[in-house]
Amino acid sequence: MNATSAASSSPLLSVKDLRVHFSIRGESAWPWTPKQVLKAVDGVSFELRAGETLGIVGESGCGKSTLARALLNLVPITDGSVVWHGDEMRGASPATWQSKRKAVQMIFQDPLASLDPRMTVAQIIGEPLRTHCPELSTEQHNEQVLAMMLRVGLTAQQINRYPHEFSGGQCQRIGIARALILKPQVVICDEPVSALDVSIQAQIINLLKELQAEMGLALVFIAHDLAVVKHISQRVMVMYLGRAMEVAHKHALYDTPHHPYTQALLAAIPVPDPRIERGKTLQLLQGDLPSPINPPSGCVFRTRCPKAVAQCARAIPPLRQVAPQSQSACILD
Amino acid sequence: MHLLEVKQLGVQFQTPDGLVSAVNGINFTLNRGETLGIVGESGSGKSQSMLAMMGLLAINGRATGQVLYQGQDLISLPTADLNKIRGNRVAMIFQDPMTSLNPYLTIERQMTEVLEFHKGMSRKEARVKAVQALDAVKMPEAARRITMYPHEFSGGMRQRVMIAMSLLCEPDVLIADEPTTALDVTVQAQILILMRELQRDFGTAIVMITHDLGVVAGLCDEVMVLYGGQVMEQASAEAIFYKPSHPYTAGLLAAVPRLEGGDAPMLAIPGAPPNMAKLPAGCPFTERCAMALPQCATVRPPLVAAAHDAQVLRACHLTIEDVTVNLQRLKAQQGVAA
Repeated sequence: MNATSAASSSPLLSVKDLRVHFSIRGESAWPWTPKQVLKAVDGVSFELRAGETLGIVGESGCGKSTLARALLNLVPITDGSVVWHGDEMRGASPATWQSKRKAVQMIFQDPLASLDPRMTVAQIIGEPLRTHCPELSTEQHNEQVLAMMLRVGLTAQQINRYPHEFSGGQCQRIGIARALILKPQVVICDEPVSALDVSIQAQIINLLKELQAEMGLALVFIAHDLAVVKHISQRVMVMYLGRAMEVAHKHALYDTPHHPYTQALLAAIPVPDPRIERGKTLQLLQGDLPSPINPPSGCVFRTRCPKAVAQCARAIPPLRQVAPQSQSACILD
Repeated sequence: MHLLEVKQLGVQFQTPDGLVSAVNGINFTLNRGETLGIVGESGSGKSQSMLAMMGLLAINGRATGQVLYQGQDLISLPTADLNKIRGNRVAMIFQDPMTSLNPYLTIERQMTEVLEFHKGMSRKEARVKAVQALDAVKMPEAARRITMYPHEFSGGMRQRVMIAMSLLCEPDVLIADEPTTALDVTVQAQILILMRELQRDFGTAIVMITHDLGVVAGLCDEVMVLYGGQVMEQASAEAIFYKPSHPYTAGLLAAVPRLEGGDAPMLAIPGAPPNMAKLPAGCPFTERCAMALPQCATVRPPLVAAAHDAQVLRACHLTIEDVTVNLQRLKAQQGVAA
């Protein structure tokens, strides 16, 4: 067996039955009222292999950002396992996490808020190097920072500027440079383009794709926009109220969506084409997302599902193989 | 006479860096039942132009030109007279439903206030009317929920409250400033259908401000594309989407991620939005335009009727043939599927 096939057979990241629950105070804030449990992520499993992109989509409140944070131990994991390169990370010491984080980086949603306003671009991009590679000489350090800046489309003249001097798209480039300077294997992107204008969004997605091909990165790409996810992912996971509704290969998901929620999400996206957009008859989802503190019994989507039957309330449907490249968590399929 | 006629509307701000023009001379007319879409990126002046129409500019802002609502110029009208029109005949839905509702007052108080002021109704009558309005926007259990505070509603429900509030006096013109940007797609679809139904039932004229071309495609008859405070192209939705004649419109359409698209990279518009304080003397899009001619940086192209279709207004030195040919070339260069 050669090296590449060995690498592709063992996943970089394997997540099994991950749960992140928060204990919160309910509507009355008296000290004697029992605390309630908010299930932000409730039993999500997936694997990520080298060089692959997994897209995670869902509406606000579905737990996709909490999932991203749990992967890096930025929120405590309640139950389940997160395995990075074969090492179980649940309950790992801060020192173990520190050593792993060199290979796993994150890009955040708000480009400006995720950069320290008092640091210059050089300091921001160089900080991971100072933490993880303190042995580098000043020259080597500066050389790497500059090379990374140029690679993400910033110019050498901007090296001593502060974040507020940049536009949103440029700030996101700084965030990408900071994430990539350690040459990680995995980058977790939490809505990296949703705060950007359309024309800038395309620049950043093209840049991420180029960098991924160049550096062999694996990406976990979180977004609420299914069209954006389609452009960058190989596999897509659709989340709703802390659970995975459907996990499928990109083409399978977009061509033949199996889960009613995926179908509704796809149908709801407005298409920039007047004839298609005006001609389409929508099967609208009624109402809003239920509260994650008191989720519906059985399938969490049943309260808004156009196809729900009485059986849906009984048991939580597990993800099962419904087509060669699709897994769906629906009893009807 | 048109219901709403906007002539050479401009907005200037007095800033420490000098006078900044946020909007330069936009013109449009609107009749009953029509929908105008105003599209542009952040900072293009789309929101400021609407705030100017409603007399809601910040203290250092100044509006020029004319906004004629049934022949009355809203810009030169004294505030007392303007107050009789805005919220009553011309209403506005704001982008962020959380920050534009008063967190200290119940929905009932905020809604009845409008009717008491404009219609002289008693609180009791106003309450009945407010519940009807909430029913009209499909708020479940409207009679019970009207006594709730804004924080007790979800984002989609709050936006319904905003829409119900703007429709209380059955306005002739509804200005919607990114009404669905803060919402999820499934909720956005609900709100857009709701707006379409309300327009059909009441014949309201709508000005829809958005950056989402998909929203425009579903709702608007006419579309105005703004960039750097100037109109780049103004035409029917059909013309804008199927025959974009301006490099910016064409670039914007090519940059939208599409579900039917393949794996090819998207066509990106290079560069960043312009600094409004330092706009070039010519076309504001020059710096980012891959097809710019030498004169584009120095001579501002006027907004004139296009050669192929007098209904299409465009501000560009290039001919439409040049734009089409250049766009094909750019797509081939970047490996984008045509």
